[in-house]
Amino acid sequence: MAEDSEMVVVPGADGNFGVLAGHAPMISTVRPGVIDVYSRRPQVAHRVFVAGGFAEVTPDRCTVLAEEAIAVGDLNAAAVDQEISDLADDLAEAKTEAERAAVERALEVARAKRLALAS
Amino acid sequence: MPSLKDLRNRISSVKSTQKITSAMKMVAASKLKRAQEQAEAGRPYAERMNRMLVGLSSSLGPGGQGPKLMTGTGSTQTHLLVPITSDRGLCGGFNSSIVRETRRRIQALQAEGKTVKLFCVGRKGRDVLRREYSSLIVESMTDIGRPRLSFADANEIRDKLLARYEAGEFDVCSVIFNRFVSAISQKVEIPQLIPVQMPETGSAATAGDGGKQAADDPRKRAPYEFEPSEEEILAELLPRNLAVQIFRALLESAASEQGARMTAMDSATRNAGDMINDLTLQYNRTRQAMITKELIEIISGAEAL
Repeated sequence: MAEDSEMVVVPGADGNFGVLAGHAPMISTVRPGVIDVYSRRPQVAHRVFVAGGFAEVTPDRCTVLAEEAIAVGDLNAAAVDQEISDLADDLAEAKTEAERAAVERALEVARAKRLALAS
Repeated sequence: MPSLKDLRNRISSVKSTQKITSAMKMVAASKLKRAQEQAEAGRPYAERMNRMLVGLSSSLGPGGQGPKLMTGTGSTQTHLLVPITSDRGLCGGFNSSIVRETRRRIQALQAEGKTVKLFCVGRKGRDVLRREYSSLIVESMTDIGRPRLSFADANEIRDKLLARYEAGEFDVCSVIFNRFVSAISQKVEIPQLIPVQMPETGSAATAGDGGKQAADDPRKRAPYEFEPSEEEILAELLPRNLAVQIFRALLESAASEQGARMTAMDSATRNAGDMINDLTLQYNRTRQAMITKELIEIISGAEAL
């Protein structure tokens, strides 16, 4: 997805940051959360949920390489709740350390989805 | 001279072969469309990833201390080659061109006195390479991307590679795959994955279109800021980049396979058509000759009376 926009708000690992044209070059990791794209402030044109990734900011562009991207409008509250309870069950059953870490990561993403719907 | 019955049998067997090849061609054509879309959708992502890495490495500066994935182990003694082939045959020169390139690479590296190891992806390549280089194959994977190629497949390969790299089993890793150009043409490429090679310093293969993108050069601009820190970003970005590059190679290879199969089956169908024409002609001639012969026999028999 690519488009012209006035401002983008990206959920960085150390907190959300907004990017306007002419922003200093920056690379940041992205935590699971929602990207707000403003085509003209103060109206939000799109809200996209991403499950983490990387953002590269240059003065004339902002690129987000996401692991998973879903428009917030396409998220389904019931499905997300189901996912969270399934993952919680998995977590209780996880045996090895690696398994537990993988489930915890997935759970974090699912919780971020829930938050995205609530906001 | 084959009898009429033999000819009839041959014609019907060629006809049924033709039915099979033309069906395979149709299937490959429809799979090709999907695979091609996937492969082309994956390209921009891989390019951006590359550009970001270039930005990162340029800000690290020459001789900078980076993670092992970026700087290498300091030696180039042991090479790991990852030839990506298909699990099924009947796709023209698709697999043999990969095997040929792999063989050439192995011989070149061995001539330099390096140790070579092989990680075969795909059944066909493994089967052929096992005949000559069975001692070099350290691992092989088959049935990748069945029923559908997903990022998890690339992650699996990545994890296996990283485990071996961490264990110090190899110093340099290159992947050999067919890049999809069009349905009738595939190009073998050998990009180096570990340590990460920058498009500018890389071979022509890695420079590809990633190099062109990097031409609007992030190096000339102000250095990047990092959030949280360079090390943390690199620690996450490098393995991810590895998976993305592997995924891209798998996608390209899948599209190439279908393209190659479609072309191969198309020409097989056409050959079968030619063969049927020839055989039918021969069948008719033989039949006519027999009728003429019988007539002559009857006539000369009648004349003799």
